[in-house]
Amino acid sequence: MLGTGLLQGLAVTAKNFAGSFHDPKRLTTVEYPEKKSVIPEAFRNFPFLVSENAEDPMGTLRCVACQICEKECPPQCIYIEKSKDKKPDASGKMQIYPAVFRIDSSVCMNCQICVEVCPFDAIKMDHVYEIATSERFETLLLDRHDLAKPNSYFHQIRPLEAAEVDGRLTAERKAAEEKAKAAALAKAALAAKPAAPAPAAPPKPPEQA
Amino acid sequence: MSPFDASPLSPSGGAHVRSVVDEFHGDLLEVSMGPHHPSTHGVFRMIVTLDGERIVKLKPVLGYLHRNHEKIGESTSYLGSMPYTDRLDYLNAMTNNWAYALAVERLGGLAVPERAEYLRVILAELSRLQNHVCLAGFLLQDTGASGTPLMYAFREREKILELFESLSGSRMMCNFQRFGGCRTDASSEWLGQVSSLVNGFGAFLDEFEELITGNEILMARTQGVGVMKGPAAVSAGITGPMLRACGVGYDIRKVDAYGIYPRFTFRVPIGSHGDTYDRYMIRILEMRESIGILQQALRDIPAGPIMDPKAKLRGFRPKPGESYGRIEGPKGEIGFYLISDGSANPYRYRVRPPSFVNLTLLEDLCLGHTIADSVVILGSIDIVLGEVDR
Repeated sequence: MLGTGLLQGLAVTAKNFAGSFHDPKRLTTVEYPEKKSVIPEAFRNFPFLVSENAEDPMGTLRCVACQICEKECPPQCIYIEKSKDKKPDASGKMQIYPAVFRIDSSVCMNCQICVEVCPFDAIKMDHVYEIATSERFETLLLDRHDLAKPNSYFHQIRPLEAAEVDGRLTAERKAAEEKAKAAALAKAALAAKPAAPAPAAPPKPPEQA
Repeated sequence: MSPFDASPLSPSGGAHVRSVVDEFHGDLLEVSMGPHHPSTHGVFRMIVTLDGERIVKLKPVLGYLHRNHEKIGESTSYLGSMPYTDRLDYLNAMTNNWAYALAVERLGGLAVPERAEYLRVILAELSRLQNHVCLAGFLLQDTGASGTPLMYAFREREKILELFESLSGSRMMCNFQRFGGCRTDASSEWLGQVSSLVNGFGAFLDEFEELITGNEILMARTQGVGVMKGPAAVSAGITGPMLRACGVGYDIRKVDAYGIYPRFTFRVPIGSHGDTYDRYMIRILEMRESIGILQQALRDIPAGPIMDPKAKLRGFRPKPGESYGRIEGPKGEIGFYLISDGSANPYRYRVRPPSFVNLTLLEDLCLGHTIADSVVILGSIDIVLGEVDR
């Protein structure tokens, strides 16, 4: 009969309308500014630089300015200048650091390739999304002071990934320390005089560059 | 000399167009539909010539969203092109990624582990579900069913996009496939979430069909509108649900048997009229088949690695040669043609976009119909301008 399909459809609409008051399956929206939906851990929006120390973010950046991310970035939004001098990193080894590290977040397309190619776990993806602004160059061209965020923040937004990264880095540092120790011992034995194995310097906060 | 003498009637369909110019029917009206018109699904423009209410000529104008995609692909590394493929057909980043990864894997001689193949099938079929459910919503919006079906469709689509987000980090710009596998592994909780979504999707489709499939207004607006004949579609190179709606059983999942599709039992729905209603129904039936594929894949997915150990992320330099990777995307055959000269960038990077090729018969489908019908026909073709204009 003509009109049956219409009435059937209206019945579905009525069912959904009534259901939207009590059925959680049909209540899918979130009242945004007041309430926010939960962000999954894998969510990615704009990169940031991981720093070991919350008090001195510039001094303990994991980044050693190797410029791999700058080369691989598809939209070419990263700009890095290497430092002329060296600073001790978190494990006390003297390293080059980025004198300039800029990301133009108006060009960045959040593809995560910089994170994947970084051999030092120095750059990770952030969870920020409320970044609307009226000034393009003042606020969207991020330099290293804006980009540096402590490892504790990384733990807060990505607990699983951060724990995995920390475990790997600790193991790597331990292995490097033992290797250095063994090398020092061998050297000492070769020189045939007892010498204390070179201990790894504790992470000391260097001066602001 | 009538202006209609030169206007060819569609060999593939379309109603009869009166070719008489007398004192009552003298004036033709040229209407520029788009590029800002909301019914054109983006920035697409149709210059429509009307005789009264009927369309006698339709000229599509493309290129408003041209972003030099292929040239960018030739100037970035193989890996660097992967996130750009998300932006072709931005509703189906997962299938675009797969087609591009397939082309590069053929070029570089990489093998894909079992688990990654299963993940690819799961993600591609989820992508098909959300694309078709979107299409149904948009098509009904175009017919004037304002809001309701589109919102129901988007409610369901959002659940799939949330799964994409929790796996790949982004709802639409997934950038998930890599040459020789996938980027991250799916946890068992994630697979469980997919499983519960898939098991509930049939009920949603039942409800959606109850809402609209038997609707008399929809039938009146779509049946017999924009009829396309099989031979014309084949000679125009049309693929995907558009082609199958006019009765040609051509599905690359069956024809090419890429990936692990031969392991799954599924049917390829085929229409008989080739009209807009058939194109809508094909999508609904394909979703039901996709549910079956997903259930089989979720049942059989093995544990194991997700990357070929030979695959390198950086500094990928395939041997000189060429390759073509194509898959059955939700819109049709999405293919990437690559020529390597041994360097880190492809020498030639070419995209075969299904939306663009499916758009070629638009004028033939629209001749003799009204402007309102042309909107519905365009909606049933299922275009995404990011892919048409590249």
